[in-house]
Amino acid sequence: MSEEGTIKKLMYVNRKAPYGTIYALESLEVVLIGAAFDQQVSLAFVDDGVYQLARNQSTDGIGMKNFSPTYAALGDYDVRHIYVERESLETRGLTVEDLMPLTYEDEDDDWAEKDSLRVVDSRELAALMSEQDVVLSF
Amino acid sequence: MSLLHTVNKSPFERNGLQSCLRLAEDGHAVLLIEDAVVAALDGTEHAETIKNSAERLSVYVLGPDLDARGLPKDRIIDGIEVVDYDRFVALACEHDSIQSWL
Repeated sequence: MSEEGTIKKLMYVNRKAPYGTIYALESLEVVLIGAAFDQQVSLAFVDDGVYQLARNQSTDGIGMKNFSPTYAALGDYDVRHIYVERESLETRGLTVEDLMPLTYEDEDDDWAEKDSLRVVDSRELAALMSEQDVVLSF
Repeated sequence: MSLLHTVNKSPFERNGLQSCLRLAEDGHAVLLIEDAVVAALDGTEHAETIKNSAERLSVYVLGPDLDARGLPKDRIIDGIEVVDYDRFVALACEHDSIQSWL
């Protein structure tokens, strides 16, 4: 990081379902570690990555840690921009109702709770991706 | 010969399931495990293919892998049977051999 403390726009792009591979958990851990540095962070969920945000995950039967509750903590780490691609939801027969609600508290608005999750179409997501300084893919 | 095919990758990411369904013979069994369980849900762009295959194959999906991913059992395609680990073992024993589509 430069001495001036340049703030960069960083996007994490998540394209894998949880549990079958380690990508989803690794991405989440990197996001949380990276949140310690003052950067403008956003997350994108594309393709099977949308399954990471499914409600009611319960891993008792497969002997793995259910890390899905951690997504709800992202707001406390100042991660306020979470984009889900509409096309990825639609081809999977999913809607935003199938996903966990993700929020943050806005200190400029009397700590009002606001949605951090936003469903965007691929054109909008493409535009968001191209304005990033860094895109990290998982 | 009666085969049990196991598929463990999402059909949205890899083509293992498509290849399995193309190459499995009538009467064979297909068990969806790990990330492949997403293929068992109705309403996806793959649902029609699976429904057609379920008419000539026995299609199963592993329940604990559905639960882990929060995928609701009431949205499973009609004709796909949800099984637990014990039934997975039983299926492995009932068939002459197992083909894993990785």
